[in-house]
Amino acid sequence: MLSGGDMLIRALKDEGVEYLFGYPGGAALHIYDAIFRQSDVKHILVRHEQAATHAADAYSRATGKVGSVLVTSGPGATNAITGIATAYMDSIPMVVISGQVMSHLIGEDAFQETDMVGISRPIVKHSFMVKHASEIPDIVKKAYYIASTGRPGPVVIDVPKDITSPLYTFPYEYPEKVKMRSYNPATRGHSGQIKKAVQLLLGAKRPMIYSGGGVVQGNASHLLKDLVDLLNYPVTNTLMGLGAYPGTGKNFLGMLGMHGTYEANTAMHHSDVILAVGARFDDRVTNAVSKFCPNAKIIHIDIDPASISKTVVADVPIVGAVDSVLSEMLSLIKESDEKPDAQALAAWWEQINDWRERHGIYTQNRFDTTGDKIKPQEVIQAIWEVTKGDAYVTSDVGQHQMFAAQYYRFDKPRRWINSGGLGTMGFGLPAAMGVQVAYRDATVVCVTGEGSIQMCIQELSCCTQYHLPVKIICLNNQALGMVRQWQDMQYSGRYAESLYEDSLPDFIKLAEAYGHVGIRVTKREELKQKLEECFALKDRVVFMDIMVDQSEHVYPMQVAQQSMRDMILSKTERT
Amino acid sequence: MRRIISVLLENAPGALSRVVGLFSQRGYNIESLTVAPTEDETLSRLTLTTVGDDHKIEQITKHLNKLIDVVKLVDLTEGSHIERELMLIKVKASGAQRAEVKRCVDIFRGQIVDVTSTLYTIQITGASDKLDAFLQAVGDAAIIEVVRTGVCGISRGEKVLSL
Ligand SMILES: Cc1cc2nc3c(=O)[nH]c(=O)nc-3n(C[C@H](O)[C@H](O)[C@H](O)COP(=O)(O)OP(=O)(O)OC[C@H]3O[C@@H](n4cnc5c(N)ncnc54)[C@H](O)[C@@H]3O)c2cc1C
Ligand SMILES: Cc1ncc(C[n+]2csc(CCOP(=O)(O)OP(=O)(O)O)c2C)c(N)n1
Ligand SMILES: [Mg+2]
Repeated sequence: MLSGGDMLIRALKDEGVEYLFGYPGGAALHIYDAIFRQSDVKHILVRHEQAATHAADAYSRATGKVGSVLVTSGPGATNAITGIATAYMDSIPMVVISGQVMSHLIGEDAFQETDMVGISRPIVKHSFMVKHASEIPDIVKKAYYIASTGRPGPVVIDVPKDITSPLYTFPYEYPEKVKMRSYNPATRGHSGQIKKAVQLLLGAKRPMIYSGGGVVQGNASHLLKDLVDLLNYPVTNTLMGLGAYPGTGKNFLGMLGMHGTYEANTAMHHSDVILAVGARFDDRVTNAVSKFCPNAKIIHIDIDPASISKTVVADVPIVGAVDSVLSEMLSLIKESDEKPDAQALAAWWEQINDWRERHGIYTQNRFDTTGDKIKPQEVIQAIWEVTKGDAYVTSDVGQHQMFAAQYYRFDKPRRWINSGGLGTMGFGLPAAMGVQVAYRDATVVCVTGEGSIQMCIQELSCCTQYHLPVKIICLNNQALGMVRQWQDMQYSGRYAESLYEDSLPDFIKLAEAYGHVGIRVTKREELKQKLEECFALKDRVVFMDIMVDQSEHVYPMQVAQQSMRDMILSKTERT
Repeated sequence: MRRIISVLLENAPGALSRVVGLFSQRGYNIESLTVAPTEDETLSRLTLTTVGDDHKIEQITKHLNKLIDVVKLVDLTEGSHIERELMLIKVKASGAQRAEVKRCVDIFRGQIVDVTSTLYTIQITGASDKLDAFLQAVGDAAIIEVVRTGVCGISRGEKVLSL
């Protein structure tokens, strides 16, 4: 016999939950007391509920497990909203348990009452309101099942305080299986469609493989690699898909989309067959849909039928899980007598290599290092070298995020952890904590800007409490750089509220105030050495405040409302 | 094009708000919506009418299907079906008008369900366009109050929407 509070924590344990990221408050206190009286489920006390959701989200992105969050009612719940929306947009499995006022007070504007189920409704995959303690095991089981299967996403469990009361106990049994008549996520794709896709793919003269976050989430990176290598086709990744195919692999054309490489975007435009796998034709990728890849037939593999033909219409839609569909495609290709057209493919590669030479960012440095100021791109290159390309890199949102995506060449999946769909500033530091909690000995880098870091900077204190030695690399351009870039390009340099007028804190002192190490870099000559110093401090949090050129822009940048190949390549060149 | 989508929904708290929320969140419009429990008390049957091109309707049905509470759905307008709506309407009925309104009710096979010396309350069922036609026949000037249930519908023949 267990109380509702004990049941909840026991159910988490039985579900295999190791860490809960959270913050206590009145409506959640019975649950917190249950946490206190056991040691299986460990709790990480953040400094703001937004950080709890980001940390749990990143824990999930890095490990593939479901992230778990516990917050109190009212302000605790509303503070979690940004993080829930962030996870929702990037399809990250997460369960958020929120305390709620006592059942009999619901609807009476009680102290710290908010309609959490209502507020979170558009940004969750599903939500539950617990009506009776005896429902807890079943609801927890369902919540984790729903969050982690099909197209993953966040699930909210709202628990009124009376339900967790220690005064009442009930029999507890954790269900072994879930069965829901209304929820049967797709797994295998339609074999007929898969056959058609293989035929189309083998007949291609200018093929492109466009893979996204679904390949990372669906643990199918090795299969993607097998497919690319077997066919010797070019491959590009979305911002969310980086690492699904090795960033240094010879068939990799870099990221595509708004800030994608010249070769990836141009090759997409000219391709005749596109295999889109676990990617959702986001507007940051397609540019104007009406001008999108005019000659391409499109094969689209996605587990969510609603992702297919949402913006760009698929010629061969395949609803299914990436791992199963890609395995089936691979065996069909191996069995098939048909082989890719070697001559066409050679010509296609020749063309692509020419594009790479002309404007690629990996064939030579496209940024100017003749001036004194450190360029943000060279900082990322240096981090990549110093960490031997093997770090977990989380990021905030802005120019620094794009530079990290372009210049840190991720060779493994689940190493690049950023907010793509919602673009949430403040994500980076709590995300780094979530990764470090999962992998205590790993090198975890948070690439951030002086704007973003201030949105969750309080978590420096959480890092102290739990000894999470994350390395914060702040590309300090003293501006909301991404905003400033748009203002340069579209508002004739009118920097409306994108500058801080000397109001930035001394980040070194700030880091030290929290008990961490602060290192400032102002000169190019000291960059590499200071970074080495930083990463040598294995068990310390280091805040590197690197002063970079404010005037730098992120290029390439697609020209709005045009096709994929229309890009601005530098301050003076465009396609 | 106008569509009638019929949904079997878990009879669970919050289920209806998820359906309605989906429409406002994604900018789809709902023209009418009816919902009531079925013979199986764990299920509600929800019927909604909406307008949109094929692409939009496809997205609507896909997103409805994604809702965990939606067990099954059918676009009734894809096949032959029966569609009904019930309307209660109060109209002015005094003097010469009284007989005229009565005749109109008979033509549309409605029923007068309540009377006063100056008004009739009429009940009429049928497809929505029949109800619209009745309103037109009676004329704006005579109409005092109109209540419509919204459309419910069912497939013709052997086809059924059930578990
Ligand atoms: C400042 C900024 C700039 C940006 N610029 C770019 C840019 O230049 N290029 C770019 O690509 N993005 C960019 N983005 C990100 C962009 O907004 C989108 O988040 C991103 O393009 C979406 O990536 P995705 O298509 O891989 O989809 P995701 O959001 O990762 O979605 C994954 C898809 O895979 C499916 N899926 C999930 N699991 C499985 C499975 N097991 N089997 C099958 N399918 C599955 C899902 O249903 C979904 O459709 C930018 C974001 C910001 C903030
Ligand atoms: C919470 C939030 N508010 C506003 C924005 C809009 N925005 C996108 S990038 C950016 C500037 C980020 O500045 P900084 O962190 O310094 O990064 P930089 O672009 O300078 O590298 C802003 C304000 C956002 N993405 N998230
Ligand atoms: Mg900045």
